[in-house]
Amino acid sequence: MDPAAAKLIGAGLACSALIGAGVGIGTIFGNFLNGALRNPSAAPAQFPNLLLGFALAEATGLFGLVIALILLFVF
Amino acid sequence: MDWFISAAHAATAAEGGAHHGGGFNPMHQFVINRFIDIHLFGYDISFTNSALWMVMATAAVTAFLLLSMKKGSYVPDRAQSVSELTYEFVYNMVRQNAGHDGMKFFPVIFTIFLFVLSLNLLGMIPLPGLGNFTVTSHIIVTFAMAAVILAGVTAVGLLKHGVRFFKLFVPSGVPVWLLPLITVLEVISYFVRVVSLSVRLFANMMAGHTMLAVFASFVVGMGILGGWLPLSFMVALMGLEILIAFLQAYVFSVLSCIYLHDALHAAEH
Repeated sequence: MDPAAAKLIGAGLACSALIGAGVGIGTIFGNFLNGALRNPSAAPAQFPNLLLGFALAEATGLFGLVIALILLFVF
Repeated sequence: MDWFISAAHAATAAEGGAHHGGGFNPMHQFVINRFIDIHLFGYDISFTNSALWMVMATAAVTAFLLLSMKKGSYVPDRAQSVSELTYEFVYNMVRQNAGHDGMKFFPVIFTIFLFVLSLNLLGMIPLPGLGNFTVTSHIIVTFAMAAVILAGVTAVGLLKHGVRFFKLFVPSGVPVWLLPLITVLEVISYFVRVVSLSVRLFANMMAGHTMLAVFASFVVGMGILGGWLPLSFMVALMGLEILIAFLQAYVFSVLSCIYLHDALHAAEH
C-alpha cells in the first residue's frame, strides 16, 4: 500500500476515539438529568461534577485527535 | 513540538506563495514568530508572540485584581464583586478537592487557574496588528506547566511523608499475589498524569481553534450569499469555545487539587 494512503487511513481510524467520547458524554448528561429530575434540590450542588465529568470524557476523544495529528505530521 | 512548528512553518512558506491564490491553512494561527531574537548560552530564548501573550495575560490579571481591590470597601462595586467571586470560587474548589491541608497551596492554584483562564480567553480575541494566538494550544507550554505542578506535588508528598509517600503506589486491601502488578500499574499511571493533564488542555484548545478556522474558511469560501449560514454557526461555536476555555482552566486546576490531595494523604492509603 502507498504509505501516504496508509497514513490517511490511520488518521481516519484514530477518529474512532470519538465513539467512546460520545458514549461517555451522553452517559454523563443522561445520568445527570436522570438524577436531577428525581431530586431537583440536589442537582445544583452536583453541577461542577457534571462539568468535570464532561470535560474528562471529551478529552479522551481529543487524545484520538492527537494520535491523528501525530500520524499526519510526524511520520 | 518541533514537528509542529516546522509543519506550521512549511505551511506558512507554502501559503506565502499561494496567498494571492486564496491559499488557506487552519494551522497557520499556531505559528510562533520571533519578535526579538535572544540567544543565551546556546539556548533560544527569543521574545516570541507566545511570550507576548503570556505577558499580556499576566498583566491583565494583575491589573484587574489590583485595580478592582484598590478601594476594598465592605460593599463591593461591580469590579470588586467579580474578583471576590473569582476568589471565592477557587477557594471553595481548593477546599473541596484538596481538603483542609491543601489550603496553604491555595495561592498557587489560584495563580494557575487565572493564568490558564486568561490565556484561553485571550486566545479568543483577535488583536489588531498582532493577530490571534493561543498560548495553551502548544503542547510544550501545557506540558511544562503540568510537569512543574506534578514535580511540585511529588516534592510536597515526599517532604511530608518521607518514605511512607510510596504507600501511594501500594493500595491496601489488594491480594499479595496481585501487588507486584498493581504497583507497576500505579507507578505508570502516576507518571502518565503529566501527559494526560497537559494533552487534555492542549488538545481542547488546538481542536477548538482549528475548527473555528475551518468554519471561518467556509464563510469566505461560500461567498456573500451562502456565507451567512456558516457565519451564524460560528457565533454558536464561539460561545462553545468560551465555555470550553473556562471549563478547561477549571478542570486543569481541579485535577491539580486532586493530585495535591493524593500526595498530602499518600500515607493513609
